[in-house]
Amino acid sequence: MIKTINLHKHFGSLHVLKGIDTHIKKGEVVVVIGPSGSGKSTFLRCLNLLEQPTDGEIIFEGVSITDPKNDVNVQRQKMGMVFQQFNLFPHMNVTENVTIGPVKVKKIQKDKAQELALKLLERVGLPDKAEAYPKQLSGGQKQRVAIARALAMEPDVMLFDEPTSALDPEMVGEVLDVMKDLASKGMTMVIVSHEMGFAKEVADRILFMDDGIIEEEGTPKEIFENPKSPRTKDFLGKVLY
Amino acid sequence: MDLEFLIKYKMFYISGVQNTLLLAIFAVFFGVMLGVVLALMKLSKKKILKAIATAYIEFLRGTPVIVQIYIVYYGLPNVVPFELPDMVWGIVALSLNSGAYVAEIIRAGIQAVDKGQMEAARSIGMPHNMGMRYIVIPQAFKNILPALGNEFIVVVKESAIVSVVGITELMYRADTIRGITYKAFAPLMVAAVIYFIITYTLSRLLGIVERRMSAGD
Repeated sequence: MIKTINLHKHFGSLHVLKGIDTHIKKGEVVVVIGPSGSGKSTFLRCLNLLEQPTDGEIIFEGVSITDPKNDVNVQRQKMGMVFQQFNLFPHMNVTENVTIGPVKVKKIQKDKAQELALKLLERVGLPDKAEAYPKQLSGGQKQRVAIARALAMEPDVMLFDEPTSALDPEMVGEVLDVMKDLASKGMTMVIVSHEMGFAKEVADRILFMDDGIIEEEGTPKEIFENPKSPRTKDFLGKVLY
Repeated sequence: MDLEFLIKYKMFYISGVQNTLLLAIFAVFFGVMLGVVLALMKLSKKKILKAIATAYIEFLRGTPVIVQIYIVYYGLPNVVPFELPDMVWGIVALSLNSGAYVAEIIRAGIQAVDKGQMEAARSIGMPHNMGMRYIVIPQAFKNILPALGNEFIVVVKESAIVSVVGITELMYRADTIRGITYKAFAPLMVAAVIYFIITYTLSRLLGIVERRMSAGD
């Protein structure tokens, strides 16, 4: 579904991604782990071109989205994204946040979009917050609305950029539950996360990134129980205590 | 203080206030339009647009208004092939000046909106312009409104300076009355009080609007 070929990203003189080759298959749940500064968020943000890769190619559903002639707005509709800081639209209520994409981008009728929004809000457990504004919600509720907003575009893949890192500990579970539910329904997902327990439970594949490359990859069992690279071992030794 | 002149020449003051308000309203209106264009140019990725806007803003903010007014009043009529009333030149000069300040207000307002907002908009497939229109500008507008109101007050005060080229606004009228009555001081005091009433009223109105908007938060 998403294929990256020799992906590089420079920020000025900083070389953040040093050649990423991977293939995310339909229905697969891939969790990207690694120390901070390893380039995992940059990698994720390159997938929908929020960061423009300096070199290399990204192929999404058979289309080279890094081709300068390609209109990435089309593919972004098929790639939902959830941010660490939620990035809900503060001047709109929850329903408007969820419906603005379908209504303005996909030109779906407003009442149809509202029906869809209500269904999605039920799915993330927030049907009673339809009229609320983002600032009236807790962090966990905000993130669940953000997931509903991304799902409203009916994407083929969901990208999660550290979705629980900005949450109070007691709210992490409610967000992970929604993500688990999505995974169990066959959604293709790429998740940058520090939640190792979650990664172990839902991931089909773990990518361990370090210093701009994929240092090691494999099933959760392979990575967590029998890591081969010394750097993977070192990292896991620090985060699993 | 003998205020008898006030009754005799009150029509001078009234027409002066009318012209002052007219100058300020039109100058802010055209200033905002110019400011929006300049702000978008300054935020544009095209280097040439950015350079033009930056040069304009820096030059207009870096030279005295009175010099700009003289340049407009004595310079522009030579290149414009038809005659226009003095008031129009006053409005042009003040708009050109105010536009530079408004541009900076708008640019700052847009940049104050968190970068994640545009990213979220783009990530649901909105093109850049759509993201600006539905997500960024509505939030920027809230940040901008108080500063724009202040700019209006500033323009009301600064409009006094176009009296130097004979535009018959409040300050000019006050001077006229001084000339007729040989009273050096009292007509100016009256003008000052009128200016203050206008600006104070505006700033109170602005306060009310601001409180209304923050109550909606």
